[in-house]
Amino acid sequence: MPRLVIEQYDPLKGQMLQLLDEKGSLSGKHQPMLSDEEALRLYKVMRLCRVMDQKALAMQRQGRMVTYVPTAGQEAASVGAIAALRKEDWVVPAFRETPGQIARGMKLSEVLLWQRGNEQGFSVMPSYRMMPVAVPVGSQTLHAVGISWAMKLRKEPLVAMTFFGDGGTSEGDFHEAMNFAGVFQTPTVFVCQNNQWAISVPRSLQSASKTIAQKALAYGFSGVLVDGNDLFAMHLAAKEAAEKARSGLGPTLIEAFTYRLGAHTTADDPRKYRKEDDVKAWIPRDPLVRLKLYLEKRRLWSEEQERSHHEECDAKVEEAVSEMERTVYEEDAIFMHHFAEMPPHLQEQYEEFRREAR
Amino acid sequence: MAVLNMVQALNQALEQEMARDSDVVVLGEDVGVDGGVFRVTDGLHAKFPNRVFDTPLAESGIVGTAIGMAVHGMRPVAEIQFSGFVFPAMNQLVCHAARLRNRSRGAVHCPMVVRMPSQGGVRALEHHSESVEAYFAHTPGLKVVMPATPYDAKGLLTSAIRDPDPVIFMEPTKLYRSVKEEVPEEQFTVPIGKANIIQEGDDLTVVTWGSYLKEVMDVLTKAEKPSVELIDLRSISPLDTETIISSVKKTGRCLIVQEAPRSFSVSSEISARITERAFLSLKAPVQRLAGYDLIMPMPQGEHLYLVNERRIRTAIEQVMTY
Repeated sequence: MPRLVIEQYDPLKGQMLQLLDEKGSLSGKHQPMLSDEEALRLYKVMRLCRVMDQKALAMQRQGRMVTYVPTAGQEAASVGAIAALRKEDWVVPAFRETPGQIARGMKLSEVLLWQRGNEQGFSVMPSYRMMPVAVPVGSQTLHAVGISWAMKLRKEPLVAMTFFGDGGTSEGDFHEAMNFAGVFQTPTVFVCQNNQWAISVPRSLQSASKTIAQKALAYGFSGVLVDGNDLFAMHLAAKEAAEKARSGLGPTLIEAFTYRLGAHTTADDPRKYRKEDDVKAWIPRDPLVRLKLYLEKRRLWSEEQERSHHEECDAKVEEAVSEMERTVYEEDAIFMHHFAEMPPHLQEQYEEFRREAR
Repeated sequence: MAVLNMVQALNQALEQEMARDSDVVVLGEDVGVDGGVFRVTDGLHAKFPNRVFDTPLAESGIVGTAIGMAVHGMRPVAEIQFSGFVFPAMNQLVCHAARLRNRSRGAVHCPMVVRMPSQGGVRALEHHSESVEAYFAHTPGLKVVMPATPYDAKGLLTSAIRDPDPVIFMEPTKLYRSVKEEVPEEQFTVPIGKANIIQEGDDLTVVTWGSYLKEVMDVLTKAEKPSVELIDLRSISPLDTETIISSVKKTGRCLIVQEAPRSFSVSSEISARITERAFLSLKAPVQRLAGYDLIMPMPQGEHLYLVNERRIRTAIEQVMTY
């Protein structure tokens, strides 16, 4: 295999892979692995994610949604990485991965359902080869290693890609996952969404490492720092990492250097812990702004198309919201899925529940 | 029929199940070349070199990767070297293994076994003699079993590996080599959730599990009276309430003998269920001979914590003369 692009960037020197600059121009150093049609399709997906994010935030404020996890600013990191996968690969997300779910093909109403607080929304994820959202921070990385270990044992040409935040890299499980992946050379792609903040704690307080990508070196495999707001860079890095894993060359850590434009969740107010100016500095680096400029320059996209696509997104989201709001919570289901077969003590409690529910 | 101890019976169950089902894999610390610190996995690595894994020394890593394997269709049997070291893996067990089926409303599940040498009485150092069954039994979504005989060890482990849900499999270290019995060479299962009536009796029900089964049996063989119905739980969760209740309804008296600390324990739950369902049959309060609510003492003080013949005899006398 010729030397991979991701191996030409030294995380210890802070070198970052970027293809598309903030003015929407390709540097020309590396060719994107996405065709124009693909780039355009993914831009539309990213816009849809943004529209839905704004809608969900508004609904949360109206009390129509439980605590919501905003994703604005991180669309390229999710969508770019996931676009590099095959349908049979597994995605093992953390909890800020709505764009990833949409990119994986989940229906918007299904995505909204779990955010509304209905487990039924989780039930469809595995059919998209995506694990349900993991709320305990960092712990899901081990599942991706286990899944990909099983793939390797079964000699399947598949990979597992796991997402986690910069905060997640402080958890012990992340290090155990990286270590197991290195020792057993599992086909795992670790994607750190370094969005600079873990609720109120800045990246600098999570780790004294200069980059998160460099942590991979200690576990015996390569890590690469990538501009997480650059769809082309994220896709290229993920594609190389996935194909490397598929061909039996083991795991890779991708640090997607990005920014959480919104709050951690709707339960906190970021003005308390970060300056407005810091957020403003990231606005021009918004992954959607940059990609839109690129597409316009290439005459693949226009303001008019943008307007009409935006309207289309609004309509799709509205339809998904009404479908989600029509979905009735399956009350009996709270008893149904603890074991393959309900044990006698639960059977009794279920009967008690049915009596009391009447 | 071959006479086996528990270690041999467990080893046979693993070997036969691995031969039967190529999805069964074994992982843990020292389980490979060394065959496990108690030799339960002895010889498996030689026979199945690509399915028995010496892992890095990381309990959460062992359980967390086993969960991933199970999700992708394998049947991992993970070993935690001693139950006292399971705590780094609690998050994986309680927050993921136990919950994946429910979280996904049945779309994914976690058929895995987590084996762990448990309980005391073998003069081990700190953290090597813990009775931790209640932590797991309290967690919705987990099954918990603890065999006390070689026969049950083989049959329960076979059931546990075939079970579609995560099973915590506790092995009393004191019984590993101290009890031998005939165990069929061919595969068989002992159902999870079924207690075993070791001997029938009319005057008193004694409920126990794990290493104390042998202690209680040693006392009972030395006295004809009272007539004791002895129940070995085998499964902690699901608990075989029916067997316990029908026995207590017959005898009217119950003594629970448990190694784990007394408060908020499995014996507390058994006692509550008897009170709820057999209150009018009781001739005496349900009595518990359980561990003190203490940190397990190290070898020089271990005997002060554990039961002995005298304490069992006294407890029986108390419940009989109430």
